[in-house]
Amino acid sequence: MSKLLIDGVARVFPGVHGGAPTRALEPTTLAVEANDFIAILGPSGCGKSTLLRIVAGLDRPTSGRVLLDAREVRGPGADRGMVFQSYTLFPWLSVAQNIAFGLRERRLPPAEQDRIVADYVERVGLRGFERHWPKQLSGGMQQRTAIARALANDPQIMLLDEPFGALDTQTRALMQELLLGIWERERKTVLFVTHDIEEAIFIASRVVVMTARPGRIKADIAIDLPHPRHYTLKTTPEFSALKARLTEEIRAEAVLAAEAH
Amino acid sequence: MRAIAPRLTMPRPLEPVGRASRIGLGIAFFVVFVAVWAAATLGGFVSRTFLADPITMVMDGWTLLTRFGFAADIAVTVWRVVGGFILASLVAVPLGILMGAYKPVEAFLEPFVSFARYLPASAFVPLLILWAGIGETQKLLVIFIGSVFQIILMVAVAVGQTRRDLVEAAYTLGCGDRSVVRRVLIPANAPDIAEILRLVLGWAWTYVIVAELIGSSSGIGHMIIDSQALLATGQMIFGIIVIGLIGLISDFLFKAANRALFPWRLA
Ligand SMILES: Nc1ncnc2c1ncn2[C@@H]1O[C@H](COP(=O)(O)OP(=O)(O)O)[C@@H](O)[C@H]1O
Ligand SMILES: [Mg+2]
Repeated sequence: MSKLLIDGVARVFPGVHGGAPTRALEPTTLAVEANDFIAILGPSGCGKSTLLRIVAGLDRPTSGRVLLDAREVRGPGADRGMVFQSYTLFPWLSVAQNIAFGLRERRLPPAEQDRIVADYVERVGLRGFERHWPKQLSGGMQQRTAIARALANDPQIMLLDEPFGALDTQTRALMQELLLGIWERERKTVLFVTHDIEEAIFIASRVVVMTARPGRIKADIAIDLPHPRHYTLKTTPEFSALKARLTEEIRAEAVLAAEAH
Repeated sequence: MRAIAPRLTMPRPLEPVGRASRIGLGIAFFVVFVAVWAAATLGGFVSRTFLADPITMVMDGWTLLTRFGFAADIAVTVWRVVGGFILASLVAVPLGILMGAYKPVEAFLEPFVSFARYLPASAFVPLLILWAGIGETQKLLVIFIGSVFQIILMVAVAVGQTRRDLVEAAYTLGCGDRSVVRRVLIPANAPDIAEILRLVLGWAWTYVIVAELIGSSSGIGHMIIDSQALLATGQMIFGIIVIGLIGLISDFLFKAANRALFPWRLA
């Protein structure tokens, strides 16, 4: 029994101003096992966000369904934690209050909330910033807080939609290691959307490649690189081989996507 | 050798100005304003009958305060504005939030509120005198009618424009619909709502004076209309300036309160 089953999920957006409807996602089926770290890789506009939003329950599929632990997803819920590409910390709450947001919703005792918040502040390396406002943080720190906020809720599955897409290369590499470190310890089930091939190989245990619009799964490749992974992994021949293979897969799609625009 | 004297050049567009210069410039305009006024009146360019000079105005004001109990009038007017405005806010802010959050409520109320917003509060004065007499109820009602629809609409627009991604983040963190209203829509828009209230309070001042000009036996507006009969332009101008000063003070208090309540906005 899969942890998460995406079962023939398709999404068509109605046309704007009487135009043709957009087929964002062709019927897509994907089974995610518990503790899998799956990267969904594809050119921009191929329906990655649409797929993730449907899993999160923020959007509804035109056809098909999503099952989490054999129960159909009908709306958003705390069992699926989400990290968005845009910065979505609540600006009126401090870092600690942001991380505690879901815990407060569940009415955990304050002492327990404090303990969990302190734990995640530590894990994402934000000690000393607990009382800062989101505005006072760099982009990387905001995304670390967003990850902590989602993790603190102890979701069944984490959904990350290009969480590091807006960060510079150096920060991005550090964030990948941080997320990977957390996953190696907690072994949460993760769906991670990205358009960055290296990022996908480095952090995922399985990479799913999607085609250009309308989105479809084109390849499903296991990444059997050993854990714990270290950034030096990126220079090994195994890594390069995988990268060459995925580059080939995705290049054709990128060309198609570019022609379509 | 180059001169290091401060240069008086045009500033760049959007270039910030220092705190001292800001205060200095702000006061400078008041000085210029009073100087022009004094020159026009004391210099004999404008007849005394129509416009008192600043000195007469200050002396008239002093007499009003010390001998005619003008302080009581000021207090009455302030309480009318504040009373009517608080009543309007108590009704309008929750309704505006409901309208912004729930689209069927908006569809139901928005057309009427948009229509009612254009009904001039001052035109209601004669009608309200028929309904409620010339007592305090009538004054409060004028301010209430003048403010309530404006606040409803502006709050609804602010709440309706809440960042969708924040709402979605809250849902994925386990919020239900009511939690989203309470924990996202309201705190996200609280500073905007405070700003709306500050703005509308300014307009409420106009309504109270109109209400007091007709059928009133107390208040700043009543004093102004009384002074007109006596051609006491000094008193009239003093009354108008008092209103301006109170507005300035309430604005200042509102801004200070906003800074204290919403530090995250300024961080
Ligand atoms: N709300 C929407 N209404 C209409 N079209 C949409 C909407 N959201 C996404 N799309 C379209 O669906 C396609 C896939 O979008 P998206 O899932 O955001 O792609 P990705 O995340 O892979 O870049 C795009 O062509 C986009 O224009
Ligand atoms: Mg996207």
